[in-house]
Amino acid sequence: MTESFEPIIIGFTCNWCSYRAADMAGTARIKYAPNVRLIRLMCSGRLDPTFILKAFADGADGVLVSGCHPGDCHYVEQNYKTMRRFYLLKKLLTQMGIEPGRLKLLWASAAEGQIFADEITKFTEEVRALGPLNWNPEKGFVAEGHQINHVEVPA
Amino acid sequence: MAKERIGVYVCHCGTNIAGTVDVAEVSRWAGEVLKDRGVVISRDYKFMCSSLGQELIQKDIKEQGLTRVVVAACSPHLHEATFRNACKEAGLNPYLSELVSIREQDSWVHTDKAVATEKAKAIISGGVERVIWQTPLEPLKVPINQTTLVVGGGIAGIQAALEIADAGLPVVMVEREPSIGGHMAQFDKTFPTLDCSACILTPKMVQVGSHPNIKLLTYAEVTNVSGFVGNFQVTVKQKARSVNIEDCTGCGICQEKCPKKVIDDVFEAGLGYRKAIYTPFPQAVPKYPVIDRENCTYYLKGTCKACEKFCPTGAINFAQEDEYLTFDVGQIILATGWDLFDARRIPQYGYGRLANVFTNLEFERLTNAAGPTGGKVVLRDGVTVPKTVGIVHCVGSRDKNYNNYCSAICCMQSLKFAHLVHERTGAEVYNFYIDMRTPAKGYDEFYQRLLDEGTHFIRGKVAEITDAAREPGEEGKLIVQVENTLIGKQMRIPVDMVILSAGLEPRHDTKEVAHLFGISCSADGWLLERHPKLDPVATMTEGILIAGCVQGPKDIPTSVAQGAAAAARVVGKIQQKEISMEPIKASINQDKCSGCRICNNMCPFNAIFFIEDRMVSEVNPALCQGCGTCVAACPAGAISGTVFSDQAILAQIDGLLLKNVKPLEVVAG
Repeated sequence: MTESFEPIIIGFTCNWCSYRAADMAGTARIKYAPNVRLIRLMCSGRLDPTFILKAFADGADGVLVSGCHPGDCHYVEQNYKTMRRFYLLKKLLTQMGIEPGRLKLLWASAAEGQIFADEITKFTEEVRALGPLNWNPEKGFVAEGHQINHVEVPA
Repeated sequence: MAKERIGVYVCHCGTNIAGTVDVAEVSRWAGEVLKDRGVVISRDYKFMCSSLGQELIQKDIKEQGLTRVVVAACSPHLHEATFRNACKEAGLNPYLSELVSIREQDSWVHTDKAVATEKAKAIISGGVERVIWQTPLEPLKVPINQTTLVVGGGIAGIQAALEIADAGLPVVMVEREPSIGGHMAQFDKTFPTLDCSACILTPKMVQVGSHPNIKLLTYAEVTNVSGFVGNFQVTVKQKARSVNIEDCTGCGICQEKCPKKVIDDVFEAGLGYRKAIYTPFPQAVPKYPVIDRENCTYYLKGTCKACEKFCPTGAINFAQEDEYLTFDVGQIILATGWDLFDARRIPQYGYGRLANVFTNLEFERLTNAAGPTGGKVVLRDGVTVPKTVGIVHCVGSRDKNYNNYCSAICCMQSLKFAHLVHERTGAEVYNFYIDMRTPAKGYDEFYQRLLDEGTHFIRGKVAEITDAAREPGEEGKLIVQVENTLIGKQMRIPVDMVILSAGLEPRHDTKEVAHLFGISCSADGWLLERHPKLDPVATMTEGILIAGCVQGPKDIPTSVAQGAAAAARVVGKIQQKEISMEPIKASINQDKCSGCRICNNMCPFNAIFFIEDRMVSEVNPALCQGCGTCVAACPAGAISGTVFSDQAILAQIDGLLLKNVKPLEVVAG
């Protein structure tokens, strides 16, 4: 299995820049690795760190967070909040034993379909090199992670 | 929770999807494997967006009692509204449908059919899990302010403003220069008809200046924009003209009497002079002059005041200060135009070093009867009439060292120049072109006419323009070194004058403008349209439209068409009286809110306010733009968002990772 390991990556995009970059990559028929599955949010600022933990707990090998370039946010400055959360979360993941390389932040404008596609392919290879995450849902640690399923995140 | 009855519809999009994704297999899989998740019917169809495709969904909603619909087709940015409407017409709340993209994100970007098919399944599974959590919503209606802001008073902005104003609606037009008119006012003739540019433009300028529905602010710039479609607040900096416009009659005596001559880099492209108090050109609208404080002797040295002495109405006001005006507007049209490529950036063409190398804008002024030479085509010395003229196309355009794009107007403009040179001087004219591009109405006919007139066309990119003569015939001339690619031969052509058809570039501050208005630039720096073919005048930001060259290089007819198109959009929106806003909003569960106020400062729209006596926060839905940052930030989980709720997103993650279908496969096995 490890020989032909195909990582699964969950990607979060904002509605305005990065999702449109994905659209543009599509319209321009730019090919990239098929390993990423995208979720559209209105803004990368909507990204609750819970979503990322949930994706890892559910079996994702990597998570991509993408939004508008700093200064270009459709909602003025919310991507700066994403950025702050991102680095905090990366630290947290490391503490939980997940390689920081499994989480990637990508700024992509609506015109940057090529960059979006290239970065996905690059990230896929990086995650492939890290191997499967293998968070086993049967084991205790992930059972806790699974709690996240129920949304009620304790304050 | 009652079990939903979900319909899944997989679109072939002709072969766009079906060519890479096994749509029949995907549809079968969704119907069988996702049955447990509530999928009661799954179909594939050639074109889901066609009326027959939509009817298919509507029929199922009615006959099968569907409570949720998932369409797997193109990007939601293309057809989300289509399928929402289809559901609505069949009696299903439109927000209980989900459009997932298996085209832009799957079939178009992958090549392996098996892999693309599996990805499509995962994407649909994500959509199914997500749609379960959606709730019926009604779009929010907000009133729309009828006033429109038009930024930029070139031909595109003028056309837009007039169309809107003629429809009886108020317009505020802001122009940075002292007069409207833009680049078109600098031209002499327009291709291919050779209409006099001023003759067709100035009547429109006068209409703008005198229109009861247009408030014209020139020598002014927008400095701040807030709000959203229907309700923008804009701040405009009215720079001090140093002239009281209530008193000024535009008689022009001040300009006659002003002793300070300044090289006019803007309107005369550096070829002519203006005074320190000036209107850019005689037909300027408005007619009131401005004092250029950087060059006025009074502001520099404290004495002079000649203009004040001679002004018959006492309109000069040296103490005038910049003013900041605010306007409430419903929609905004940006028509801020273009800058000319700086030909100095190509040193081998010698512009700025070799006197008789001119730019296209300089040549426009040379041929203009109101220009510095009274329309005489002469060399830089002001008297010598050229006997041979070389015109270089694609200067800074179609060149990977500068701009990759074609500037769209240079071929036709160069042909126009060739005609004018020929007509006014009888000189031999050489056009150096890479490819001749004459695609619009009457354009190629004009090219044919130039061929008949005996203009020489040499296909090849000019390597160098030099004054270093090698042969007796080249002395005192400019030599154009070029490879004639049609005969595969290097040529040196001595000429008296060279005109560089410099390309169009985005305004130097386009990025700042984009930032100010909350829109984006495309990779080459022009403002980005919502869709390059189907929506070229709209932007990603609702209520902000673009027209003319700010969207990309284009000629006058296209700029005018875009101005009118943007105006039609504006008027259409106002006609709706209310704006229907996506009900993507945050709300706070006050039982859970601990009053920590973390969210209060998180919102860039000030939509969250704190209720002191109850110690909880609340969201004003009219101000909330639905970004969801507060939802993610609330440590108590008290804030929830519609359409993009925690439950919906978490469920979509489950779906994309096929979490809920795995046990089923085990059972099946």
